Amino acid sequence: MLSYVLRRLLGVIPVMLVVGIFVFSLLHLAPGDPAAIIAGDNATPDNIARIRTNLGLDRPLLEQFASWSWATVRGDLGVSMYSGIPVTTLVQQRMGPTFSLAITTLIVAVSIAVTLGVLAAWKAGSLLDRAVMGLAVTGFSVPVFVVGYIMVYYVSLQWRWLPVQGYKPIADGVGLWLSHLVLPSFALGLAYVALIARITRASMLEVLAEDYIRTASAKGVSTMPMLLRHALRNAAVPIVTVIGIGVALLISGVVITESVFNIPGIGRLVVDAISRRDYPIIQGSMIIFAAVYVLINLAIDISYGFLDPRIRYN
Amino acid sequence: MELITPARPSATADFIRRHPTIVIGALLLILITLAAVFAPWIARDPITFEPINRLKSPSAAFWLGTDALGRDVFARMVYGARISLIVGLAVALIAIVSGSVIGLLAGYFNAFDAIVMRLMDGIMAIPSILLAIALVALLGSSVSVVIIAISIPEVPRVTRLVRAVVLSVRDLPFVEAARSNGTRIGKLLRRHILPSTVAPLIVQATYICASAILTEAGLSFLGAGTPPEIPTWGNMIAGNRLYLQIAPWTIFAPGICLALVVLAVNLLGDGLRDRLDPRISRGI
Repeated sequence: MLSYVLRRLLGVIPVMLVVGIFVFSLLHLAPGDPAAIIAGDNATPDNIARIRTNLGLDRPLLEQFASWSWATVRGDLGVSMYSGIPVTTLVQQRMGPTFSLAITTLIVAVSIAVTLGVLAAWKAGSLLDRAVMGLAVTGFSVPVFVVGYIMVYYVSLQWRWLPVQGYKPIADGVGLWLSHLVLPSFALGLAYVALIARITRASMLEVLAEDYIRTASAKGVSTMPMLLRHALRNAAVPIVTVIGIGVALLISGVVITESVFNIPGIGRLVVDAISRRDYPIIQGSMIIFAAVYVLINLAIDISYGFLDPRIRYN
Repeated sequence: MELITPARPSATADFIRRHPTIVIGALLLILITLAAVFAPWIARDPITFEPINRLKSPSAAFWLGTDALGRDVFARMVYGARISLIVGLAVALIAIVSGSVIGLLAGYFNAFDAIVMRLMDGIMAIPSILLAIALVALLGSSVSVVIIAISIPEVPRVTRLVRAVVLSVRDLPFVEAARSNGTRIGKLLRRHILPSTVAPLIVQATYICASAILTEAGLSFLGAGTPPEIPTWGNMIAGNRLYLQIAPWTIFAPGICLALVVLAVNLLGDGLRDRLDPRISRGI
């Protein structure tokens, strides 16, 4: 077990190295002089030269990569070109809203999706099943900003049930915090629900056809314990896997959702950085989001053994 | 003696009954493609604005009303379809071709395999929208940059798929036979291994197309995609967001259109998957 965890941890290194090379080379792949790109459109040659020496852009590429990687590993993601504030500080300031949105979405989406998937598999072929599958295809097709604006129009503007946009920290009151997260997490969660419900249904259908399920119902186990304790537990591994892979979907969605609902999170930070061409922010957030994705999937890989004792680590 | 034969449904009717999703998806796509191709004949100019006609509700003159600058929403929607369809098709093509080449080589040559697959793992870890944002910020916004930026994160999916198929067929007797006949490596890959990947690749292409259309719309919405002067469904929604309360049609029309196109492509993909190979599971 321990050696498996260690081996998987070591496996993170090459993946993050590739991410690092990719992110680092972004500036150098662009046509033109990186120092001139950083300096902006109306920079003097003096300015450009100063930036070049300050950032070490006149040193050999490999040396630059080495020092950049070492800084990144230590948690130094550079300084925003626009505000002069370290990227890590900016990200820390914006972490609360993004984290809140991600967690509420995860809870909403996984609970709805697993329920729907289990019910659809249990009543396979029924109207309910077809409705769930229809929702799954549709949910995969409607972008988050379209669902978002449709919900804002009806729920917030017409019926005035929930705030239109914005974010309130949890310190202002849990109710207020939640009321600002309901629409964003449903809008963001839709595609995720579609993805997970589909897999839950497929995985449950497979398990429900097993002999031990027939044995359980034959010996009189009632429906709910049969579905949840006997079937869902054994169907869990593919479901958890897809929850992990879907985190990539969730991350891309967060960036857009924060723009739709004006939530001051990391996604907004990146989008605001585009027009200012604030590359350290874009690069830093790529590294951070990639690391989050890799670590979540690492945790999921390790969790397989707990979900299914038949899985041996070797 | 007379034989009573039961009335047999025609082949077309039978196909429609068995694969309704292929038919619905394909019909929707044909309709939207025709609209996009013949845009100048069915819609007025999407760029000219008449301030006197600002935020008009849908009417006989303006089928879907006008936006805040007095531009015809229907016209912009029809022209916007062009970008979505071009990006969807181009990304699917680029990702399938480059992903297949890499996947074939990785699956067949062990030396190549480990490095390539680590590279693909790394690319998959980078959120696709951030990668696209970074490339557009660096290279400037143009349709071709958007196409390349969206293609890169899709390549690993194709590579993995093709590699898996190659691994499963490369030691089968027919490949073995071709190899022992002295077939050259290029021909071996092309004539004997590539055909096994066609069915899953067609299905995968539709899913890539759907996801590319969504990503393009997302980038346009964020202002990091197609140049703002070209009408796209994403930048229509972004440009009209302030008028959601007084002119919801300016947002709902392109939004519903976008969802319909992606739905059509997804339905087509699901139908083709069931038709070509029921075992292929949906990629993420």
